[in-house]
Amino acid sequence: MIAIVDYGVGNLFSLASSFAAIGAEARVTSSEADLKAADKIILPGVGAFGDAAEKLRASGLDSVIKEEATKGKPLMGICLGMQLLLEKSFEYGEHAGLGLIAGEIRPISDVIPADLKIPHIGWNALKFTKKASPLFKYINEGDHVYFVHSFYGANCDDSVIATSEYGAPLTAAVACGNVMGCQFHPEKSGNVGLNILRAFCEM
Amino acid sequence: MITKRIIPCLDVKNGRVVKGVNFEGLGDVASPVELAKFYSDCGADELVFYDITASAEGRKLFTDILCELAKSVFIPLTVGGGINTLDDFDRVLKCGADKVSVNSGAIRNPSLVEEAAKRYGDQCVVLSADIKRVDGVFRVFAKGGRENTGMEAIEWIRRCVGNGAGEIVVNSIDTDGVKGGFDIEMLEAVCNAVSVPVIASGGAGSIDHFTHLFKTLPKVDAGLAASIFHFGEVKIAELKNELKKHGIPVRI
Repeated sequence: MIAIVDYGVGNLFSLASSFAAIGAEARVTSSEADLKAADKIILPGVGAFGDAAEKLRASGLDSVIKEEATKGKPLMGICLGMQLLLEKSFEYGEHAGLGLIAGEIRPISDVIPADLKIPHIGWNALKFTKKASPLFKYINEGDHVYFVHSFYGANCDDSVIATSEYGAPLTAAVACGNVMGCQFHPEKSGNVGLNILRAFCEM
Repeated sequence: MITKRIIPCLDVKNGRVVKGVNFEGLGDVASPVELAKFYSDCGADELVFYDITASAEGRKLFTDILCELAKSVFIPLTVGGGINTLDDFDRVLKCGADKVSVNSGAIRNPSLVEEAAKRYGDQCVVLSADIKRVDGVFRVFAKGGRENTGMEAIEWIRRCVGNGAGEIVVNSIDTDGVKGGFDIEMLEAVCNAVSVPVIASGGAGSIDHFTHLFKTLPKVDAGLAASIFHFGEVKIAELKNELKKHGIPVRI
């Protein structure tokens, strides 16, 4: 069973539907026991980093997620969920993340030309880094995925497994062992997105 | 490079798609769920569903169907029509909508955009504006284009973006239904006024109109149309191939 962490941030309907569509058993849950019993964990999220990090801490699930990930359970963060895996964020102040992957969240306005629109919203192509990720075994470089974000993962170094070009190469996906994350929305990225979730299910 | 989006728009009344839809190989052309899957498979980048139902039962049916189609279509879904309150936002977002489009509701209640953006984020709030030239000035029309609000359109759009509208759909009443091409002049005025994504609507009659739109106004992010897609006059796959030939970035 795949546990989709429900900590009061965002709508998990599409995500749960995506797993159903690929025949995987997924449960939207805020139960500690479910996270422990699950084979894999999905950490979703939309909205502001500080608010989401606070809600995750208040739920007490942050330590459970960290524990399970440290034990080697596959964990994938999606959108803001990916950002929460990093060490910290500079979105409206400075906030601590889970610190499971090296790097920090910074505004994309730091690195992209001023004439480009923010947020980075729409379909963009994935460029793989040298590190081949099993997450992408069913998709190809250049495939398009759907993004909506104004902040990005900076200084993720070796953890970056894909970038997307938007005036600068923005971190699109990260992985460090059993912990991984997508800045884009696989549940809104058509068959390419479903194939990424399928690959995650097989880990 | 972010791609230009091609967006079919479907009007739904009492749970069925209205405005004739004419496709071969599609069992039930009036089923929103089947049509959504069809368009998603054809390469549509996003879908817009307008609820044009007037009754409460029709509205309930619309949200049920939205839930149903969000279970099988995995591209962004925008929902509009009858969005007047935060409860309306809540109702459609819970059923799997990703963005909510407001039009007359924002005109009646000027704080709707701001409240919705605060609660759900700017990216969730789409302002749809019906605009028509009156004595050479762009004016905002309400009630499906029937009533002149007297508001100057560019100023209205700028104000809504300031309040948190994350995307603008520009419906030109002047070019709508004429199939003579998008309203380049109106779209340019909007693009120059705001820095959020702008979606062009009204006037598309051929593939060339989309090519012309994106070549003339690289700042426009997406093209929206209804009947030309429904009747197969413009096929999305062909349209995207043609745009690609012209060097316009598209998802294929």
